Amino acid sequence: MSALIEIKDLVTNFYTYEGVVKALNKISLEVESGLTFGLVGESGCGKSVLVRSIMRIVQSPGVIEGGEVKFHMKKNGKDEVIELLSLSEEEMRQIRGSEISMIFQEPNAALNPILSIGYQVSESFLFHISEQMCAKVLEDLESPRDNTNFIWKSFLRYAYRVGSKDAKALPLRIFNKIPILKCWDKRLKEEATRRSIEIIDKLHVPHPEQVVKSYPHNLSGGMKQRIVIAIALACNPELLIADEATSNLDVTVQAQILELLNELKKEYISSIMLITHDLGVVAETCERVGVMYAGNLCEVADVREIFKNPKHPYTKALLNSVPRFSTEGRLAVIDGFVPNLVNPPSGCRFHPRCPLTMEQCKQNVPDLKETGDRHLVACYAVD
Amino acid sequence: MEKLIELKNLVKHYPILGGILRHQVNAVQALDGINLDILKGECLGLVGESGCGKTTTGKAIVKLHEATSGEINFHLKKKDGSTEVKDIVPMSNRMLKKSGIRGKLQMVFQDPTTSMNPRMLIKNIIAEPINEVENLKSREMESRVKKLLNTVGLGEQHLLRYPHEFSGGQRQRLAVARAIATNPDFIVLDEPTSALDVSVQAQILNLLKDLQQQLGMTYLFVTHHLLVVKYISTRIAVMYLGKIVETAKTADLFKTPFHPYTFALLSAIPNANIDKKSSRIILEGDVPSPLNPPKGCRFHPRCPFAIEQCRTVEPQLEDVGNGQAAACHRKEDVPKLVKDKFNFYFKN
Repeated sequence: MSALIEIKDLVTNFYTYEGVVKALNKISLEVESGLTFGLVGESGCGKSVLVRSIMRIVQSPGVIEGGEVKFHMKKNGKDEVIELLSLSEEEMRQIRGSEISMIFQEPNAALNPILSIGYQVSESFLFHISEQMCAKVLEDLESPRDNTNFIWKSFLRYAYRVGSKDAKALPLRIFNKIPILKCWDKRLKEEATRRSIEIIDKLHVPHPEQVVKSYPHNLSGGMKQRIVIAIALACNPELLIADEATSNLDVTVQAQILELLNELKKEYISSIMLITHDLGVVAETCERVGVMYAGNLCEVADVREIFKNPKHPYTKALLNSVPRFSTEGRLAVIDGFVPNLVNPPSGCRFHPRCPLTMEQCKQNVPDLKETGDRHLVACYAVD
Repeated sequence: MEKLIELKNLVKHYPILGGILRHQVNAVQALDGINLDILKGECLGLVGESGCGKTTTGKAIVKLHEATSGEINFHLKKKDGSTEVKDIVPMSNRMLKKSGIRGKLQMVFQDPTTSMNPRMLIKNIIAEPINEVENLKSREMESRVKKLLNTVGLGEQHLLRYPHEFSGGQRQRLAVARAIATNPDFIVLDEPTSALDVSVQAQILNLLKDLQQQLGMTYLFVTHHLLVVKYISTRIAVMYLGKIVETAKTADLFKTPFHPYTFALLSAIPNANIDKKSSRIILEGDVPSPLNPPKGCRFHPRCPFAIEQCRTVEPQLEDVGNGQAAACHRKEDVPKLVKDKFNFYFKN
């Protein structure tokens, strides 16, 4: 399996009044294509910051300080390696949504309340695959069934021919300013809406024709999350990042959404990166898992390995502290609490809570090491 | 077992005002006839999806919300050992305080950050409920507060701090300390761990379990997380859209549920056990709006086994033996139907 994203020594800091929060501490990670990768950890351990750094949407006062993120893009059948952190903002905008897209935690906050669902879904089509859609409209215009009057038709033909080469060409920008000619893109928008209906329909939303005309407040939580997924999937991304996509939903709706993601993965998307704090979700949907603690990645392994044979003491403790179907008696507890990342502990950041602390742990930071079976662990106590 | 609280046909409607004269045009039927007995010394788990009225039930019992109709009978233990049954729905706050019930009913809220006044010191926060029920000198009060802090695993050094200086788990401990300050008989725990991380959640759950054994309190544990409820409670009531659809002892509910909604809820829990992958009952659609709930059985639009009777006649909560009760017309057939249609087996 080839790598899809390679992250090396990624460092992200937040410059707050209290000091520098070292949210990501030299993280190195490789996500393979075709897999569902789960990222687990408690809140504040840097899961979201990691994926936001990949997408380069870290909010101020956060700054990506160093490292590299290599993205293997398949363009016209060729493999291309892009270094995401060195791209310009304009180039990054082209990648967001079309190559890597993201589902956010709160569907209420991710959707604009004053724009219709259809507009919000088709926005992504209009931004990324305008040329492709222009070509499609042009094809329709050429067909004999079309009965627009001759003058208007020849104008449209010209406009869409230009548009199919470059959607931001000068003539089109001029048309956009002239009152009568302004509506040249009506058919383009209709095409985008048609595609939106198609994709919303694929996500098992009932009555997609009515849904595109409605507004976010008309829909329930589960439906909204489906629409957010539809926006993310619109342009067939290589990688879909789901940032706590189901944690605000009810269990029955969560089950629907997870089922949907599994189904979509088989058909449309190559890889999913799932961020969650729910180990049950990880066990049911992921193939490979990374466990994070206080800005460090402490263990990466296949899902069976993590659950059957966890090696890092934090992973073990985390697995034991979750109530399960089979739990009897008291829950195991991790003593202490998550450290403040303004002054993180020296050495391994888990050492103050770790039962296996050695002298070495207090001074040096352990690296992620391969321990066989594609199992990477960052701990001195593991041989 | 002795009863502590009986809910009899409890109804809570939130009015929606409209029109020029701001008259009531409609009502959110948050609770629609709840019958529930809470036994002494038990931890009753109340589960359901969001918007089904779990929190409203809890708040109605501690009288944070005035119930529209129905009875809440509280069995108050008097000093001479006899018990007195009192309906607290028509009582005013003053009467509640006078009869000594106010201090016996307490609540822990979901989000510890918003449930504490950020401008009060910890010692004042915890002393506030004690002040309501008895007059203590400041020294006695301080030693009492210290004792309470020790019971929840915090120390003297925390007395003169503000809530923002604590982590989420510690704040929830403070909220628990505040709730047990007046030696209550009954505490409503409204999703006390849903704002916490898993490792901290385990600490709080263990603390609550220990406290219950030490102080002999009764809990109403409101949550949407079935595994948490399985860990802590002795009996579970499942709610759907303002109605209780099933009550059972914890072990029975997980082994032999009767209501199709319970089946769906149980099968929807993401299971952290990698070996046993079981099939799922995926419900279609979402919970309907409580503004105009469906006629007949409220679950019928989403129920895979609905028959004609379900659309017209509302099922009552009926006993099916072994202390288990379910509100479903086809409760006897459901386990078999589920097995045939979904090939569902239990994960434990």
